[in-house]
Amino acid sequence: MNGPTPVHLLTGFLGSGKTTLLRRMLADPAMAGAAVLVNEFGEIGLDHELLDRIDETVVLLKSGCLCCTVRGELADALLALHSRRARGEVPFFDRVAVETTGMADPYPALSTIRSHPVLRNHYRTVGVVTTVDAVNAPGLLDTRLEALRQIGAADLLALTKTDLAPPARVSDLIARLASVNPSARVMTASEVGAMDFLTEAGSLPPPPESARLNHHAGTFRADTPVTSFALEIEQPIDWTGFGLWLTMLLDRHGENVFRVKGILNLMGEDRPVAVHGVQRLVHSPVHLERWPDERRTTRIVFIVHGLDHALIEASFRAFDAMARRIAARGVSA
Amino acid sequence: MCSLCGVLGCDDHWTSAVARPGVYTHNSDRIARRREAARRLAVANALLATRRLRLSEWQGRSYVLASPTGSTRIFEALSHLWSEAGALAGRPFDPLDPSFIASIEAIR
Repeated sequence: MNGPTPVHLLTGFLGSGKTTLLRRMLADPAMAGAAVLVNEFGEIGLDHELLDRIDETVVLLKSGCLCCTVRGELADALLALHSRRARGEVPFFDRVAVETTGMADPYPALSTIRSHPVLRNHYRTVGVVTTVDAVNAPGLLDTRLEALRQIGAADLLALTKTDLAPPARVSDLIARLASVNPSARVMTASEVGAMDFLTEAGSLPPPPESARLNHHAGTFRADTPVTSFALEIEQPIDWTGFGLWLTMLLDRHGENVFRVKGILNLMGEDRPVAVHGVQRLVHSPVHLERWPDERRTTRIVFIVHGLDHALIEASFRAFDAMARRIAARGVSA
Repeated sequence: MCSLCGVLGCDDHWTSAVARPGVYTHNSDRIARRREAARRLAVANALLATRRLRLSEWQGRSYVLASPTGSTRIFEALSHLWSEAGALAGRPFDPLDPSFIASIEAIR
């Protein structure tokens, strides 16, 4: 096949319905060509037995949790699948779905695929789907940072067990999820189809309504809330200054930047550029074909843990203005 | 190995992504790549000058960061720049530090 194989990450807290969703997705013809890696934390892995598909493209990563102990195992499994596909030893697969453990922070898995010197040439992560349990999530959002990281990293939030929770509680949860991660789509799991699951994150601009400011999104550790906010800049921005600014921000504060997602109105470019990242990982920027609406502005959504929104905006503007001053006077490194 | 220049080691930072359909990059041709590299050095050096550091490229495949006392750090990827610069300067570069923001606003 041409180009790197897309990898879809499925995450969600313990018991939130990841395997149920994956099982339904795998039954769809659109997913017929998917290899599956299941990471389970425990002595005996069971989840992969529940997938109704036993062949060599279903691999269980069982040595521990993906985000700490089995990163090497993830890399080895992906490399082995690639080699065996090339030799015709496993059924051909055109994409990979990775189901993480319920406790996993998705960032290390994304980072492993993005930065491994061999993997990065053969695979590319294209989206994160997070299952959210409508019964237990409200409590988890207050107490478990892992749950917030999973929600913050998501491109699609799939609400599960909505039939077991009162409608008012579900609508409160949807509002809260929209404030934790305004850049993600929220759907009930039963509505999620294979094409929703497979949609590439970079192909979607942030939703227009995401330009809301200063949401208080969670109450995790009352002194350091997780919050989301959006920057909107009318003037075209400088690509070089933006790159150095975001690199410095993530170098210093990456563990507290759960998500960055935006479209950029760049100097000298007619079409917008989409950028998205999770903690210290930033995906390759995507040159979009057209603007999502009539506003030709830079819009960036941040989900941050205990960082000052006003300082982020002031810093962004200072870097951009400085880079534009240097561009105006001509380059002399 | 870098698919563009054919040398071992390469900056795979997201701002200089390998040119593929749909990806925004200045890596699509040699002139655009060199122009962007020069711009990046100019802007980075303006920031680094606030701590008297200076960045240069070595044969287009590594970065060399130097302090006024002659200490140097060599690294391949732009993703290492700010951690290396913080280590060389003796304190981290924090874009959310109000005094650092003020010093950036003063750069002319």
